[in-house]
Amino acid sequence: LSSIFSLSPDRSLFLTMQSAVALPFSQTPLTRPSRLLGSTGSIFSTPRSLRFCGLRREAFCSSPSTHLTLRSDRVRIPSTRFKVSAAATTNGAPPPKSFDYDLIIIGAGVGGHGAALHAVEKGLKTAIIEGDVVGGTCVNRGCVPSKALLAVSGRMRELQNEHHMKSFGLQVSAAGYDRQGVADHANNLATKIRNNLTNSMKALGVDILTGFGSVLGPQKVKYGKDNIITAKNIIIATGSVPFVPKGIEVDGKTVITSDHALKLESVPDWIAIVGSGYIGLEFSDVYTALGSEVTFIEALDQLMPGFDPEISKLAQRVLINPRKIDYHTGVFASKITPAKDGKPVMIELIDAKTKEHKDTLEVDAALIATGRAPFTNGLGLENVNVVTQRGFIPVDERMRVIDGNGKLVPNLYCIGDANGKLMLAHAASAQGISVVEQVTGRDHVLNHLSIPAACFTHPEISMVGLTEPQAREKGETEGFKVSVAKTSFKANTKALAENEGEGIAKMIYRPDNGEILGVHIFGLHAADLIHEASNAIALGTRIQDIKLAVHAHPTLSEVLDELFKAAKVEGHATTKTVSEKVAV
Amino acid sequence: MAASSSFLSTASLSNPKSTISFASSVSPAPIPSLRRVVFRSPSSRRRVMTIRSKIREIFMPALSSTMTEGKIVSWIKTEGEKLAKGESVVVVESDKADMDVETFYDGYLAAIVVGEGETAPVGAAIGLLAETEAEIEEAKNKAASKPSSSAVVPSPPPATSSPAPAIAQPSPAAAASDGPRKTVATPHAKKLAKQHKVDIGSVAGTGPFGRITASDVEAAAGLAPTVTPPPPPPPPAAAPAPTAKATTTSSPPLLPDASIVPFTAMQSAVSKNMIESLSVPTFRVGYPVNTDALDALYEKVKPKGVTMTALLAKAAGMALAQHPVVNASCKDGKSFSYNSNINVAVAVAINGGLITPVLQDANKLDLYLLSQKWKELVGKARSKQLQPHEYNSGTFTLSNLGMFGVDRFDAILPPGQGAIMAVGASKPTVVADKDGFFSVKNKMLVNVTADHRIVYGADLAAFLQTFAKIVENPDSLTL
Repeated sequence: LSSIFSLSPDRSLFLTMQSAVALPFSQTPLTRPSRLLGSTGSIFSTPRSLRFCGLRREAFCSSPSTHLTLRSDRVRIPSTRFKVSAAATTNGAPPPKSFDYDLIIIGAGVGGHGAALHAVEKGLKTAIIEGDVVGGTCVNRGCVPSKALLAVSGRMRELQNEHHMKSFGLQVSAAGYDRQGVADHANNLATKIRNNLTNSMKALGVDILTGFGSVLGPQKVKYGKDNIITAKNIIIATGSVPFVPKGIEVDGKTVITSDHALKLESVPDWIAIVGSGYIGLEFSDVYTALGSEVTFIEALDQLMPGFDPEISKLAQRVLINPRKIDYHTGVFASKITPAKDGKPVMIELIDAKTKEHKDTLEVDAALIATGRAPFTNGLGLENVNVVTQRGFIPVDERMRVIDGNGKLVPNLYCIGDANGKLMLAHAASAQGISVVEQVTGRDHVLNHLSIPAACFTHPEISMVGLTEPQAREKGETEGFKVSVAKTSFKANTKALAENEGEGIAKMIYRPDNGEILGVHIFGLHAADLIHEASNAIALGTRIQDIKLAVHAHPTLSEVLDELFKAAKVEGHATTKTVSEKVAV
Repeated sequence: MAASSSFLSTASLSNPKSTISFASSVSPAPIPSLRRVVFRSPSSRRRVMTIRSKIREIFMPALSSTMTEGKIVSWIKTEGEKLAKGESVVVVESDKADMDVETFYDGYLAAIVVGEGETAPVGAAIGLLAETEAEIEEAKNKAASKPSSSAVVPSPPPATSSPAPAIAQPSPAAAASDGPRKTVATPHAKKLAKQHKVDIGSVAGTGPFGRITASDVEAAAGLAPTVTPPPPPPPPAAAPAPTAKATTTSSPPLLPDASIVPFTAMQSAVSKNMIESLSVPTFRVGYPVNTDALDALYEKVKPKGVTMTALLAKAAGMALAQHPVVNASCKDGKSFSYNSNINVAVAVAINGGLITPVLQDANKLDLYLLSQKWKELVGKARSKQLQPHEYNSGTFTLSNLGMFGVDRFDAILPPGQGAIMAVGASKPTVVADKDGFFSVKNKMLVNVTADHRIVYGADLAAFLQTFAKIVENPDSLTL
């Protein structure tokens, strides 16, 4: 996992479209090269888990606000009625110091939105500041419009696959598409979701403040030209922008980022995609379905480096090899020049290790999918003595911002892509909810290992938890055995009915206690199937319990059922929970 | 409930890694002219089957119909290990899956020719199997004398592949002289070349910037171009005579230095259309047209972006409106098909090909719109972005070679249309009027080829007269 960063330190910010990220972030979420952290003190170069322990202790004894909220929580608990009225009063008149709001969120992306909704539910007077459009990257330039394009590409792929159609007994004459119509679908979807988001916040009484927000000082925020407001707690949720490595000239027409590609202003005959992570993979699915040929440029030695190796091997067989795609691995695109003066897009490739010139590609367009960089400039972080690391805002496991001296900044939190822990829309939202839980008096630490990720290719890839090599390494250091259960979609009735038997699912688990360490799925609707596993991990459900749960037949969910049943857990014949339920 | 529960348990886990057997020497058809080395030591006893030998080659098996080469994932057996019939020897990765390959014979794995992680084409020897322990050494020597394992021996195509393309490969000298120019081939082109065993270096690229596209490779492999999915690369539609090359049916012996360049997809389509035109009875009528007024008008509107093509298309469109039969076509040999729109196709030569973008409703659009539309179409034609309706919806074709100084020519009628007009250069001509006065006027010769099943001589003459009137009094063109 850390190899991703260490091999390509200067261009590997993690990458991915929010929905589609994933990554082996799992164990060591902030795998930034430690050399960059040198000046901020040794605390950062120690393993993360150690640091967390230290900080947690420190936080508990030194943060007065935590104590306060904890106490008030205790007061509220006795009666539900009290709780309600207490919430009502706090909303209107904040206690000791008078603040404009209980909570201000800077950035109305999916993370900020999730936090805002939960804050209102918890009775907080909440404002959200947005300098651009509500919805952020995910809704406007990320997961949402890309799903619209992928919905089209999935259908095109199916309609064009004569063999597939014939196997159903269907006859379809040549399928075609209207580029503008496809682009409109993506744009309309983004608009619709943006309005839904806006309306849901307005309906709940969240104040949506327009303008660029920045931190003026503790508990003080400026937005727009010179509006200053105060809040008890502040959450930074400013997200990220596409990362473009040095030497690459983006013109928005022939050399583009995901921001431009999602508008689908053209479908080039031949497009090079720099980066074979989630963003690159999803776009290769879209472009090849619409008739383009694709060349991948990957800095690492193999494609799809973030996935479980077995999954990426199979995925390559299905998603890359049979399609009009070729690739160059172990190379950097050191220079990319847009098409001009009658010349095509020129891409200089250098060896990732030796930096020697290897090749020059001439293509019609290039999509830069090398990852995303945090959007944290101009946030006024210097006012609270916070130093970003490669642009990311350092936080502890409770998303509390850490300043340049390694101390927690009171009442300031950062969630989502801006902290770089796990650059996924739903991770940002979960982090936001976790923060709200904390500021309303319930300590909460989000388990990032239970956050699923998905890549919406055809078929889809999804995963949660550790990859097999990660699990084996962990098992070795911590001294437990690791087992793997596998099943094929070819064994699933519903998948066969759909003529979509291509795919596998694997579960990595501890045979000694039945703990699920990771689940990886490549196959039809994998993105929807993963949640049974991610919920089990989040709730700590063991295999010996979940294997007795019933799945409707015939459904794709039986793929997971097969996994649970195939697992061999030592010496756990029956379980308490289920037998209790039977008794009821 | 009992019934459904039995269903629940029926799904059996099928392991994606399956097993396949290879038949080495006895493999029947798949490896036709394989360079199979049949080793035979002098001491060998006579056997029932004459092809059998004591040292067998283990071939890269074809694990799927699309597999052309395979990668050795791992050797399950090591050199010198004893093998029993049916045992797995090696794991091969194909384009589809990893498969265990097992032996049909008892013996010893004498030598591994292709190591783990290396790739070999289907049919190439990847290892040697000795029948007795004593022959292991002999086999090893043979293996050592083979070319190094990484230098993969070119293997003949598997039985499933199409017959070898009958095309002359350019001489190596020619290829060498191309040295400095890098070949650029698209991903699909490269895949097809590998699949059909076409040397990508020998393919002439006709794509944008001279790159080699999938259709170039298909042409080189002698395959019919596959209809590629969504954005259909505009194959040419109608193809008038001017730039069409004659297709000779007789094939005289090639001169020694001659090189054969296969048709591109576009050229193949032109060829097909030209042959098709031979089944239509055509005739030709020529007409001189005075262009002084047209030239004057052209000078006036040229700064506004109006092109001569637009002027001629507009004039033809207006004339066609008065003579619907010339705009008709004969589809079945039994009836007239009158077209409701007047769509004038205009022949354009684009690198190595010929295409006829269509100006739709040429009689209705004004000159400026037509000129604009024309520019757009030409741009699209050059970048191969024309949509099918933009090159195959023509009802009448215009071909103009006047700009080259050609004074007259005749065109071949494209299939599906009733007439095509060939326009020559306008040039000063001495004319005598009815009073016997000489003067010099600009004249151009137009020559229309038409389908005589529906258009008769008088129809064509009347049409040409109308056309000449419009051109000679061109004010109506600007209305």
